[in-house]
Amino acid sequence: MALCTLPGTATMSRTISIDPVTRIEGHARISLQLADSGEVEDAKFHLTQFRGFEKFCEGRPYREMPALTARTCGICPVSHLLASNKACDDLLAVSIPPTAEKLRRIMNLAQLLQSHALSFFHLSSPDLLLGWDSDPAQRNIFGVMAQNPELAKQGIKLRQIGQTIIEMLGGKKIHPTWVVPGGVNEPLDSAKREAMLEMLPNALTIAKDTYALFKTMVPRFKDEAEHFGTMPTMFLSLVSPKGQLEHYDGFLRLKDAEGRIVEDMVTPSDYPRIIGEAVEDFSYMKFPYYKPMGYPNGIYRVGPLARLNNADSCGTPFADVALAEFHMLQEDSGPVRSSFHYHYARLVEIIFAIEMMQRLLKDQGILDTRVRARARGNRTEGIGVAEAPRGTLMHHYKIDDAGLISWVDLIIATGHNNLAMNQSIKQVADAYVDGNKLSEGMLNRVEAMIRCYDPCLSCASHAFGQMPLSIELKDAAGNTLDRLVRDA
Amino acid sequence: MTAQAQAATATQASTQPAAGKVKVATIWLDGCSGCHMSFLDMDERLVELAEKIEIVFSPFVDAKTLPSQVDVGIIEGSISNEEDEHKARLFRDRCKLLVSLGDCAVNGNVPAMRNPFKLETVYERAYLENVNVNQQIPTDGVPALLKTVRPVHGVVDVDVFIPGCPPSADTIHTILSDLIEGRTPEPIKVTRFGA
Ligand code: SF4
Repeated sequence: MALCTLPGTATMSRTISIDPVTRIEGHARISLQLADSGEVEDAKFHLTQFRGFEKFCEGRPYREMPALTARTCGICPVSHLLASNKACDDLLAVSIPPTAEKLRRIMNLAQLLQSHALSFFHLSSPDLLLGWDSDPAQRNIFGVMAQNPELAKQGIKLRQIGQTIIEMLGGKKIHPTWVVPGGVNEPLDSAKREAMLEMLPNALTIAKDTYALFKTMVPRFKDEAEHFGTMPTMFLSLVSPKGQLEHYDGFLRLKDAEGRIVEDMVTPSDYPRIIGEAVEDFSYMKFPYYKPMGYPNGIYRVGPLARLNNADSCGTPFADVALAEFHMLQEDSGPVRSSFHYHYARLVEIIFAIEMMQRLLKDQGILDTRVRARARGNRTEGIGVAEAPRGTLMHHYKIDDAGLISWVDLIIATGHNNLAMNQSIKQVADAYVDGNKLSEGMLNRVEAMIRCYDPCLSCASHAFGQMPLSIELKDAAGNTLDRLVRDA
Repeated sequence: MTAQAQAATATQASTQPAAGKVKVATIWLDGCSGCHMSFLDMDERLVELAEKIEIVFSPFVDAKTLPSQVDVGIIEGSISNEEDEHKARLFRDRCKLLVSLGDCAVNGNVPAMRNPFKLETVYERAYLENVNVNQQIPTDGVPALLKTVRPVHGVVDVDVFIPGCPPSADTIHTILSDLIEGRTPEPIKVTRFGA
């Protein structure tokens, strides 16, 4: 680790830049603007990748959209596959066969399982287990393998089970093509059903053990929980028609920081009424906001924390027990406000995903061979909304008479959290960063806070991108005077 | 001869490898991270691999700078902005062997689909048309896009090409093992474009 000494002169405007932000999914940089006193004045999260899907999909046949838009993200391709196919179902004006819907749900839950396992074990467990200030060269999944091989192996196993179920259904772990407009292109056979049902009890054991372990660790992170993004925001997610935890379909719900319902049972295709998008000069990631409150007051969070705050219940036995325990994290009876508890929420959702997959796979009709509705484009505009691991994902397409795409808007799960992530960086930096005396562990806390959100910058870079850690000291004229780089 | 030395000989790399584990660096440029996820899909084989290689720089670890001498550099994604171009050159300079992993790195794939469009229109759709307030094109602390997206070898020389979108974990394991053991890999026997 190479730390430079920062001149403590009183007249300098200084910027700390964390570049790249590591152990997150994508390309980004954090910059902290320091006041003369060394206090953090401003904090920015820069997404540095931009790809332009919204433009280059133009002119493509709509049937290509699921395969194309899945390439926004290799971590949650299934979410794009689903949101895209739902937008296409809307273009076809069909409702898909019930078995197809259940099969799509299983694939979505398998992805929730693998993606949450990746976030918890591969990316965040090094901070939680090895410590924020531990040796950066060891602070990664390989370091966890060396220190706690059993836990690392369990994490790997859990993710593998999710990925294997995706592969069994879709033929590939990453970018499967089995989901198609109108349903899925192949029914499930009984051998695969049995094989999946055989894997899930082991997954449930690992998930419950991890949850139990993490519960014992939470009190140790009291300080982090108080500073990792506790600002009041609203929470947005889908809920089922009964108000339960939902990832595939249902209606949009928005709760405020006190837990009052602001919007409920909003049909997903009505999202443009409540969600707007803004741009800031410093990031390729856009800033969605709740339209009736304007920008930037209409700040909200999405993802596991929002989903658990919004759901009246999970609807599966062990997840409901865990949900009740989750609510106890917040002392007043309102929504759980600290973004640190995204980790907790993720573990609850892992349990839910496994229990729900078991239920769906045991469903009598799951082997039914009617799994696809066939039609051609019957509408010129289609909207598909699903809950990705990181939050609500929206695909919105228009086509011409020949079925070619004429316009696309994608609102990506991580994007919804953009305002909240920026405010959280400011909060965590205020609490831990002293501009007069920098340490690597301080800066790692800033990054670790970002990891709570599990941002998927690869998604966000459909229009946005990549995260890099260095600290730059600039004078008022913007000249770089000194630079701190975090080395392995 | 050590495994690393063999790997170096097999590919006519000129510098002597450092003693110990094979140093591997990975980076994703303009890709979807799917190729990196496929790397993680090696699952429990990662544990064995960790005994032979050391990941010295990667989105999976906390190093913020690329060491000056790396044995194998693996690049996912194509070259789309100024930063990508800079990083690709840095990888070429510091890695004995450079691997293009996945179709985006090998031929431009999905990112290159923007090439037929004028760059301004790509920006305009995302940041002016599809936006409700603060319409503007970001420029502060974000790298400018290049006019055209290129595969990695459009910018620097590449030693090993692994097509696939993404190449499977088995493919990556086979080729990485070849490199570690000093065999010349034959990617085309284990993967194909669009695999
Ligand atoms: S080759 Fe495919 S999987 Fe790899 S980065 Fe490109 S789109 Fe993603």
